[in-house]
Formats: sequence, structure tokens, C-alpha cells
Amino acid sequence: MNKPINVVIAGLGGQGVIKASDILSETAFRSGLAVKKSEIHGMSQRGGSVTSDVRFGPEVLSPMVPPGEADFLVVLAPDQVEVNRSQLKPGGVLIAPDLVDSAKLANRKSFNIALLGALSTHLDLTVEKWQEAIHACLPEKLHAANEQAFAAGRQAANSLKS
Amino acid sequence: MSSLDRQLLSGDSAIALGALHGGVALGTGYPGTPSTEILEYLAQIGGKAQWSPNEKVALEVGIGVAYGGARSLVTMKHVGVNVAADPLFSVAHTGVVGALVLVSADDPGMASSQNEQDNRRYAVAAALPMLEPADSQEAYDFMLAAIEISERWHIPVLLRVTTRICHTQAPVVPAAPLPVKAPFFEHDLRGRNLIPANARPAHRRLRQKLAEMAEWSETTPLNYVLPGSQQLGIITSGVSFMHAREVASEASFLKLGFTHPLPLKKIAEFVRSVERCVVIEEGDPYLADAIRAAGLVVENKPEMYRFGELNTNRVKRILAHDVSPEPTRPPGKPPELCDGCSHHVVFQAFKNLDCIVAGDIGCYALGVLPPYSAMDCCVCMGSSIPIGLGLRHVLPKAEAKRVVSVIGDSTFVHSGMTGLAEMVYNPPPTGHVVVILDNSTTAMTGHQEHPGTGRTLDHSATGKIVYEKLGQAMGLEDVRVIPLGKDCAAFQSILVEALASEKLVLLIARRPCVLAAKHIREYEKCAPGTPATEVAHE
Repeated sequence: MNKPINVVIAGLGGQGVIKASDILSETAFRSGLAVKKSEIHGMSQRGGSVTSDVRFGPEVLSPMVPPGEADFLVVLAPDQVEVNRSQLKPGGVLIAPDLVDSAKLANRKSFNIALLGALSTHLDLTVEKWQEAIHACLPEKLHAANEQAFAAGRQAANSLKS
Repeated sequence: MSSLDRQLLSGDSAIALGALHGGVALGTGYPGTPSTEILEYLAQIGGKAQWSPNEKVALEVGIGVAYGGARSLVTMKHVGVNVAADPLFSVAHTGVVGALVLVSADDPGMASSQNEQDNRRYAVAAALPMLEPADSQEAYDFMLAAIEISERWHIPVLLRVTTRICHTQAPVVPAAPLPVKAPFFEHDLRGRNLIPANARPAHRRLRQKLAEMAEWSETTPLNYVLPGSQQLGIITSGVSFMHAREVASEASFLKLGFTHPLPLKKIAEFVRSVERCVVIEEGDPYLADAIRAAGLVVENKPEMYRFGELNTNRVKRILAHDVSPEPTRPPGKPPELCDGCSHHVVFQAFKNLDCIVAGDIGCYALGVLPPYSAMDCCVCMGSSIPIGLGLRHVLPKAEAKRVVSVIGDSTFVHSGMTGLAEMVYNPPPTGHVVVILDNSTTAMTGHQEHPGTGRTLDHSATGKIVYEKLGQAMGLEDVRVIPLGKDCAAFQSILVEALASEKLVLLIARRPCVLAAKHIREYEKCAPGTPATEVAHE
């Protein structure tokens, strides 16, 4: 089976859930993989729950992560962890918001990218492709802050592993 | 990156790219989730796109474009097609010279809509050919195919998509652009003047076109068989194909892309080739009903799966005849009015005064949720004013005097003006109070311009509808502009006075959307018209 990697990114409207999923799907796309990214937006700017599904691999059919089959669940808001936990498959990896201290970031708004940094330590996508995607998806003036956040997230995840 | 490279695009963007490569001369529409991004992206990549006041107008402009021999794209959400239905049914009769492609973006599961409506029914009712893409690549390819079909049969084409097509990003490999012909006009008085003597033969011509297209649908590669197991055959269309392929990769598939008129011979042959044949489709049993009406034996999904979107789990359950209750997920956090949103003070006043509120479609529909719970109905675009009038006509005086209609600026331009005409023409004995929540943008769908902002789709300056002048010209007795602040008291005292006056009152409660204000100031600097912020202090 050519099973794809399933990632669900969750949070609240305005936190950058969709921007994070844009960057993840762009990274997979630039790595030459099949990718589908799907979300429900429309009410997303009004502070409600937002989730985005990203699937990538040799072949992707359904655009939605099958319920309970997420390999990775990345959550940006503490109160959204339990709401989305059932998305994770048994043995799946939760990237929770307490992994990174947003006060230590150059720009607190880059918290979404910091959690992507943590996620990146589990995925077979190169740091170069991640960087390309960050550059492609964000305006130039935000590149430095977001690269710093991405590195901080990687470091936090790696220190947890060691 | 050259235009022939692989790109990562949403279905909406893919449709726009298809329109650009298909030589579409003008894209028109009205914003509505999940269709909005099509025209925005078309403008971004160099196509010509513009917002119309509403979907009916958008389609009528598109008809003019296609009568002039050019190619036209018209976009809207599913309920927008209800607004545009009048010209849609008639243009099916007149036919077109150039191309006319109508995108209907349906919202199964109602992520951001007031009803769950399967617009494939429109293809049958209006007698139009219909295409249903299953991913971004097909959204692109089918946009081009729709142009070709429209020009070949001189008929409008319905390109029917759903939320998961519109808002899923997936790779797209573009094709070579279609050759473009110069627009031209040729008189065709009998063909395009639908007086009864002309409309009768027009209907016969339309049915003849459908009969030809039904034959064509049998052989077009838009409908194809993926051979697999003879034990299980699945007939499917749109995103349901992707879910079904994932969970039943061993099955034989009849994948339908051209879904009206249906290739019934091809379907019959497929049904006969397998032991068990199941129709997997989201929403109404459109395919299943049509196939069964043709005398073929296929399984339809149980009724419980008509509601909401399909996904891989639900398709597994359908295939397993599983009608046990589905697991429910814990509820997420509902959306709410933003901090600093100007609507807060208005809904606080409605709540304080215990108003009976006839509401409308937009962000302010969130006024129905706590802490305000101050909206009594929300039916469709523009309905607030006439429904408020109806209530005023029948309720006892004390209650009638508490009725208020509340409508956003974009919604007012969309379909509020006829409500005002009704108000002036058939005034209730207690008068009526209409509040336009003027936040100077179409906030709900992501801050699109409209004729009341004085800026076009790309934010450059153009003509502007001024509601206070319009209200006066239409004959309302009392028209006031109220600049909104953070304090509810000022607005509330004006509302109390208006409700007591028993006059026909239009209150324009004005303050730019808190999320859009910064951008609006920038647009005003680049394209000076009448600044929204300045008018507020008149």
C-alpha cells in the first residue's frame, strides 16, 4: 500500500493553522510528493475552532485524514488538544502547544511555525525544502523571525527526544 | 516557473487558472464560501474579474459576454444559484454564442451556509450539461472542457463543485491554452427574445441539444471505467470517488465526470458487469435515483448518509450496510463576533430593548449566539427587511413596535433595496426600523469589495452607492447615519426614538470592520474616493 502520511493541524481562528498547513503542504510538494491539503474555512477568522488536514506520500486519494488515522496531530491552542485527540491513531504523535515557550520566540505570532519545526523532526522532509516553503508562503520581512521560530521548535523537539 | 509546470492549487484556484488558459474574457460573481477565491485568484493571475451586486446580476452580465461571442465565467455558492435561477433557466432556452460556464460551489455539511442543497438538481431542472470534478487537476481540466462543451452546443454549462474540491490544495499540471476568437455581435431576434412564439421552438432546440449530449456522454473520456473486481462495482462522482477509491481499491469503478445528461447505456453495461453495484455520492441520491429510474438495480446509500459530507469512514459504512449511530466528535469552539467588532453595540442594544430581530446573512448572524441571543430569524440574503415587515403587519401593536430588520452593507446592496421599496409601498401601521450594519466590506467571506465601498474587486476606485441618499430618494421618512463607537448608549437612544416614532426609519450604523480597517485605509490612500471613515462623521 502507498499509504500517505496524515497530519492534522488544529487551533483557533487567527492562530495561523491554515498558514502552517500551507507551509507543510508546500514543503511536501517541493519534495516531489503527491499532496492534498484540505480544511473548512469561512468562519475561521471569527475565533472558532479550525483544523486543516495535510496528506502526502507517493499517492493521495481522499483529501481528508480518515477519522482516527492521523500520524501527527499539531495543536496550537491548549483548549483544542482534547477536542482533537480522537483524530490521532494509536501510537500517533501529538505536537502539543506546551512544547514551545512562545515568549522565547522573536515574534510570538510565529508560534505556528515553531510547532512545524517540532513536527519536522519526525518527518522525512529536508530542512532546505522547509526553508524554501517558508520563504514561498510568507512575506520577506517575516522570514528571519519564522526561521528562528522553526529552529526553536526543532530544538525543543530534539531535546525532548534525547 | 513556466506556466506548464506542476503547481499546488486549490480547486478554486485551479478553476481560475483553467478560465485564464481557456481565454475567459470576464469572470463575474458574488462572494460566497466556498466559491469566493475563484475570482480573486483569476484577477491575481491577470484575468479580468469583477464582483457584481448579486448572483443574478453576475449571471446576466455573463450572458451578455457570451451573447457577444466571448467566454464567460460566473461563480457563486449553491444558494447563489437560487438567486440566479431566473436568468439561468431562460438562457438555457436562448443558448449562447460564446461560452458560459456557471460554477456552483455547494457546501455539503454546511460549514458556512444556511442550508444543505444539492445543485446537481439544477442541471436537470434547467436542462443544462453538468461537470463534476474530483480534485484540483480535474477542476482545471473540466473548466477547459466546460468551455468547449458550451461552445460546441451553444449552451451554458454547470461546473458543480463542493467545499472539498474548492478548498483542497493538490497538484495541477496545466495544459496548452485554448485558441481565442474575437468577440462579435450577430442579430438573432428569434433565438434570444423569449416571447412565447420564440420560446416554444427554443425549448425543443434545448431538448434536442440534450439528446445529442446524452449520446456524447456515452463516449467522452470524462466518464470512464476503472476495471477491478467483478464482485463489487462502484458508480461515483466528485470527491466521493476519492474516498471510495481509498477504501475499496479492489472494486471496479465507473467514475462519472459528465453527470448530466447521464450515459445510461454505459451505466447499464457497468451495472451488468458486476455482481453488486453501489452508488457512492454525497448529498441527494441524484445518480442513484436517475439510474434506478432507468430500471437498473443499484444500491443507494442509507438515508443517514444524505446529511453532511462523506469521508472514508462513512463510505466504508455504506459499503458494509452499517446504519448504527456514528461516533460524534467533541464540539469545537464556535465562532464569535471579533473583539472590537462594531456589531457588538448594536446587538447589545437589541438585547437591552428586547427587540424582535429579523436578521440576515453575514458575520452579524453570530448575534444569534450568546451573549446576545438577539436574532430571531436568518433565512436568506435580503430577507430581513420583508420578514420584518410581515411581522409588523400582523403582530399586536406593542409587539410590532419592537420589530427591527438588521442587514449588512454588502447584503443590503445584494438584495435589500427591493425590501426598502416594499417598505415604502406597503408601510405597516406602526412604521418600521431597518438597521444597515455598514462595516464597509463583505466581511463574512473575507473582505471583498462591493458597490457600497466604491472600490472594485482589485480595490481600485469606482462609483459608490450611498445608502443614506438612496434611502432618502426611495422615500423613507427618517434616514440617519450613526457613527458607531464602543458605547452602546448613543446607538440605543436613537433606536428607542426610532421605534417609538412609528415612521419608516433607516439607521445606517457605520464603522469599518475591525479586521479590514487597516486595509481599507491603505486602499483609500491609493484610490481616493469617499473615505468610509470620513462619511462616518458627517
